[in-house]
Amino acid sequence: MSKDIRIKKGLDIKLVGEAEKTTIAAKPSSYYAIKPEDFHGIIPKMLVKVGHKVKAGQALFHSKLDEALLFPSPVSGEISEIIRGAKRKILEIRIQADATQEYQDFGKKDAAKMSGDELKAHLLTTGCWPFIKQRPYDVIANTEKTPKAIFISGYNSAPLAADFDYTLSGKEAELSAALTALTKLTEGSVHVVTKKGGNSPLATVTDVTSHKVSGPHPAGNVGTHINKIDPVNKGEVVWTINAHDLVIIGELLLTGKFNASRTLAVTGSQIEKPQYVTALIGANIKDITANNINLDNTRIISGNVLTGKKETPEGSLGYYHNQITAIPEGDDYEFFGWNKPVFDKVSTSRALTFSWMQPNKKYDLTTNTNGEHRAFVVTGSYEEVFPLDMYPLQMLKSCMYSDLDEMEALGMYEVAPEDFALTEFICVSKQPHQKIIREGLDLMLKEIG
Amino acid sequence: MSLKSKLHNLKEKYKGTKMAPAFNALHTFLYLPNETTHGGTHIKAADDLKRTMNTVIMALVPCLIFGMFNAGYQHYLALGQIEAANGFLGASFWTLDNLLVGAMTVLPLVIVSYGVGLAVEFLFAVIKGHEVEEGYLVTGMLVPLIVPVDIPLWMLAVAVIFGVVIGKEVFGGTGMNILNPALTIRAFLFFAYPTWMSGDKVWVHGAKEMAGTPDAISGETILGYYAKAGQELTIAGTNGGSDIVTTYGDRAAELYSYSDMFWGLIPGSVGETSKFLIIIGALFLIFTKIGSWRIMLSTVIGALVMGLIFNGVVDAGWITESSKFYGLMDVPFWQHLIIGSVLFGAVYMATDPVTAAQTNKGKWIYGFLIGFISIMIRVFNPAYPEGVFLAILLMNVFAPTIDHYVVQANVKKRMKRLKVKTA
Repeated sequence: MSKDIRIKKGLDIKLVGEAEKTTIAAKPSSYYAIKPEDFHGIIPKMLVKVGHKVKAGQALFHSKLDEALLFPSPVSGEISEIIRGAKRKILEIRIQADATQEYQDFGKKDAAKMSGDELKAHLLTTGCWPFIKQRPYDVIANTEKTPKAIFISGYNSAPLAADFDYTLSGKEAELSAALTALTKLTEGSVHVVTKKGGNSPLATVTDVTSHKVSGPHPAGNVGTHINKIDPVNKGEVVWTINAHDLVIIGELLLTGKFNASRTLAVTGSQIEKPQYVTALIGANIKDITANNINLDNTRIISGNVLTGKKETPEGSLGYYHNQITAIPEGDDYEFFGWNKPVFDKVSTSRALTFSWMQPNKKYDLTTNTNGEHRAFVVTGSYEEVFPLDMYPLQMLKSCMYSDLDEMEALGMYEVAPEDFALTEFICVSKQPHQKIIREGLDLMLKEIG
Repeated sequence: MSLKSKLHNLKEKYKGTKMAPAFNALHTFLYLPNETTHGGTHIKAADDLKRTMNTVIMALVPCLIFGMFNAGYQHYLALGQIEAANGFLGASFWTLDNLLVGAMTVLPLVIVSYGVGLAVEFLFAVIKGHEVEEGYLVTGMLVPLIVPVDIPLWMLAVAVIFGVVIGKEVFGGTGMNILNPALTIRAFLFFAYPTWMSGDKVWVHGAKEMAGTPDAISGETILGYYAKAGQELTIAGTNGGSDIVTTYGDRAAELYSYSDMFWGLIPGSVGETSKFLIIIGALFLIFTKIGSWRIMLSTVIGALVMGLIFNGVVDAGWITESSKFYGLMDVPFWQHLIIGSVLFGAVYMATDPVTAAQTNKGKWIYGFLIGFISIMIRVFNPAYPEGVFLAILLMNVFAPTIDHYVVQANVKKRMKRLKVKTA
């Protein structure tokens, strides 16, 4: 049953540096990096050593808890370095890329003729499983559970986000193959949500349930769709997959190759020419942004400004990200910044802040916190940007005092940290909402499982 | 070296020391800190707690300025030295003389309130090693506005210490308190020094000193008059004329018109008399989205409903003029809004986000009950007819309970969904 979803609560943060709709290929990086930290909660058990040769798609490590859960190399080449942190925790696996890429051959498959179990096994051996995430807990899907539904968001509403209508065009065959495969993995439906009035190649795919969504961010967040279409109850599991990762799964099924390439948006006010770039997972940011970035006091983010990860210029593209954002650092003092009228920052209040007068202005926001960390004081403001049918403030507090019963009752099974990105952005007390929710989810995962 | 970099170096020097919170509080007053985001969102909205609090203070400033003029005006008017001003822009109101008297009496209240309150805050911040939080900026402004002009400063200082320590710091500081600190201070004054706070001598500057002398002036508030509406009042004749015998109710009507009450040309606590300026402040707070319109509106509705009920009781003849409750029960329901400080409480006190209900539905219930109970206390407690602060404190205590039931409704919806699924 298709459904039109209209979101009223939310906030579109309009920033300078939106990507122009031209695509160039990033120059190949000398090495590619996979960071186990991108896979929340996974403890890696290495399958390769420094000096080993790997092909693209060959597993680098598996999860300590589940040997079947493999994590592949995005390129063919030689393992050049394994960087470890405190307590020998593996931070980064670097692969020196070959000049000509060799792919491990997993064989062409026709998903329509395969059973659910065969497909599951295929996705696990090819290293495509980590693309599948689950709610509750927002972690890589548990291989032993069958989801009641699978959700794909074909609309990216985050600030400066890559436009899926553009990046996915021409990938119809791959998307179709991947979605056919997904329908085999659930007893329920595969929900594909696209932007109302958009021109998404996902909207034309048959045998899935299509929905249209409109409204401000987080209209494109998969958490919003789940809450509006088929909320997660206790004991249930739904899966979510990023639309750009469907392309990789689809190509794998069609050609037998694990091609970790994706089209990403290079955005932000510190980028000289914001545009789309094709690059491989783990590619070096300095190659993606070559000659196109102002590095003077710049925050580089793999992902978007709300949920992305801080990176150095030598860092790499995150496993799940399809965006690089570069914005100015805000490490400067501002004289009487707390009481003077503000014209160049975004605010949902009108307390001498004037962003309400220019709803279409594009802002060049810095990383300044615009205030200090305080206890929760203001109430009622989160609800204005939080479209889920829950009480965000109460939920955050229940996470802070670790009351599992209350967290469960308030709807913790349905949320991921990214659902609290907007409330964190507007928070007057500058509380780290996403961190609080992440820690709450981790506690639940540990205690309840 | 600029001031900015000098302060930055000092901040680095104090980092980690006991004095850091005190220094940072002063530093961040001058400069928005250079802190950047780490983890979580990389950008943040423009508002911080200081800006929020500052907005409330801005909404209070007109009330404070008016309060200064009014203090002087009531003083000279009671002494019979000036004519009654006719309306808000009356010539005898906005005079320098009035302002001078007002400044002499009200500014010390402001200084004591902020000085003592912030000293306690800094002390706790240094002892407990947390940042000085901004909550007291608003409390410190509210306190002078809700006390009588002639309150002794030592009394105010004691009350402020009590209010900040017991009302707030023992719970963990700003954001953690259960009771509104400003009202805790007010309640402390009321219960610790009842003869001062409920008498008829503190509302007009100079009334206390002149009591018992031939020049004695009355400093009764309108609520005081109404509470005793049916009782006889004898006014000593002036210039050898015969004594006038009237009732309190008639005397109030003679002294103050509705427009006086609306514009605020009446005796009362410093900042709560001008309903006009309170409404302006309310509109400003609602426009800036800092104050909750839900609480303000529902408090007014609650007060009107209770007023209507009492009017109905009088109309039905259940209460006669002989009853001591008759005076205030008979007041037309809408007049409850322009006498006393229901509006001030609704706009500036009930909306304190920390102590109010935190859910939007809860705010409706919370506000309604504040208005309802305020008028109830006002009518049934003739000894001290202002019930707003007690009503708000009472509802502060019940706010978490209201929220609990509102949130439970959401929880039940989720439980039901689960049951439908499993059934």
